[in-house]
Amino acid sequence: MLTIVGELINTSRKAVNEAVEARDESVIRELARKQADAGATYIDVNCGSRVHDELEIMEWLVNIVQDEVDTPICFDSPNHEALRRGLEVYKGTDSMINSISGEDGRYETIIPLVKEYNTKIVLLCMDSSGMPETADDRMKVVDALYAKLKADGIDDDRMFFDALVKPVSSITTAGLEVLNTNRRIKDKYPDTHQILGLSNISYGLPKRARLNRVFTVMTMTQGVDGYIIDPTNQKTMADIITATTLIGQDNYCKKYIKSNRKGFFDIDD
Amino acid sequence: MAILDEIKEAVVDGETDEIEELVQQAIDEGIDPNVIINDGLIGGMDIVAPLFRDGEMFVPEVMEAADCMKLGTALLKPLLGDAGMETKGKIVIGTIDGDLHDIGKNLVVLMLESNGYEVIDLGIDVEAETFAQAVEEQKPQIVGLSSMLTTTMMQMDTTIKCLEDKGLRDQVKVIIGGAPITQEFADEIGADGFSKDASACVELCDSIVNAA
Repeated sequence: MLTIVGELINTSRKAVNEAVEARDESVIRELARKQADAGATYIDVNCGSRVHDELEIMEWLVNIVQDEVDTPICFDSPNHEALRRGLEVYKGTDSMINSISGEDGRYETIIPLVKEYNTKIVLLCMDSSGMPETADDRMKVVDALYAKLKADGIDDDRMFFDALVKPVSSITTAGLEVLNTNRRIKDKYPDTHQILGLSNISYGLPKRARLNRVFTVMTMTQGVDGYIIDPTNQKTMADIITATTLIGQDNYCKKYIKSNRKGFFDIDD
Repeated sequence: MAILDEIKEAVVDGETDEIEELVQQAIDEGIDPNVIINDGLIGGMDIVAPLFRDGEMFVPEVMEAADCMKLGTALLKPLLGDAGMETKGKIVIGTIDGDLHDIGKNLVVLMLESNGYEVIDLGIDVEAETFAQAVEEQKPQIVGLSSMLTTTMMQMDTTIKCLEDKGLRDQVKVIIGGAPITQEFADEIGADGFSKDASACVELCDSIVNAA
């Protein structure tokens, strides 16, 4: 089962921030609805750019989203107080937190919430020593986090490792190192999940959508089963559905055939 | 002089294989090393910067051009004598406390150096005290703060306050940048300038040192 986290409700996007400023519910409702209809399995809520009122805005956004759709929420903030505020008002049972990393202090403040609210958890493959370069760097963080989470009683199925995508424009092998990491996580911890916010791969290059889409499919072949994306982007979603079929996760090619019947593939390639 | 145009062109095209040969040729022709740097190498970067700003050139191309610039400069530096290289000014730069991002900051360093600035790069995760100490010791005209996270951007405020507390704030212009940073935020914390990308940062620094 693929995890698609719809990323559009984020106050660092101008339209969302303006809606928040004006407390205009309709914009948020429409974004939640559009993403759910497009196939999002979680709706991400991120208001980290609101440095002065993140808690209040988190509560406001969560209430609107859960009133509009039944899709579970992905609570997206490095600030445990903002996460707690969101989780406190959340009525659903399934939820996700984005994210924990190996950085000092971050694990300790957020893990109690993961336990208390029984959430899924996105795990960034970086620690206080800096951004990872190689697959080895990333696996060190993966191993350390996995051991800690197991000790804290978190099941493999709730872990979503994010291999941390960096731009190929500044590091030639940035994509390759992520693909190698994906494969190693898949082999070593087969019951965990992997999720990527991968638009960083194309930073600094022309025609970014092309790079993003091809990389999405490449990572799927290495075991990634979750994406933090704009699910209303039909081309990306069509690629993901098609790749699911090709990597043997679509019995009787049912999803593929149904998607075609629904017109999902009637787009310019 | 044709060779200077060739150097310029090689920088723009990122010809790392050819640049040293061309610079050597210019040296052999007896051209003043400072002229080779300013009209040849920096001349090339002057073409690259606006093309990058306008989205006609891309990050890897800028990096290759900057590599050419470095290779060429390395050949010329020993010939400059005691005066050394003429620089437009000195800039201290770093990613703010708690933040480990460096790709954008490194690009800014590259562009500033390629455009004739002396840059002291303090790296990532730089504490306010460290910035203050560098300002005191290095006496730069400008200090540049980078933050890529909404959780760390308030450290820019802390750093500016630290400069104030130590009585250093008047000696230096503070400029800031990074994904979550806006002009409004720069105004809010009392920074002297904000730029949205590396080439805009060069323009910002030029306007600051020219106004001084």
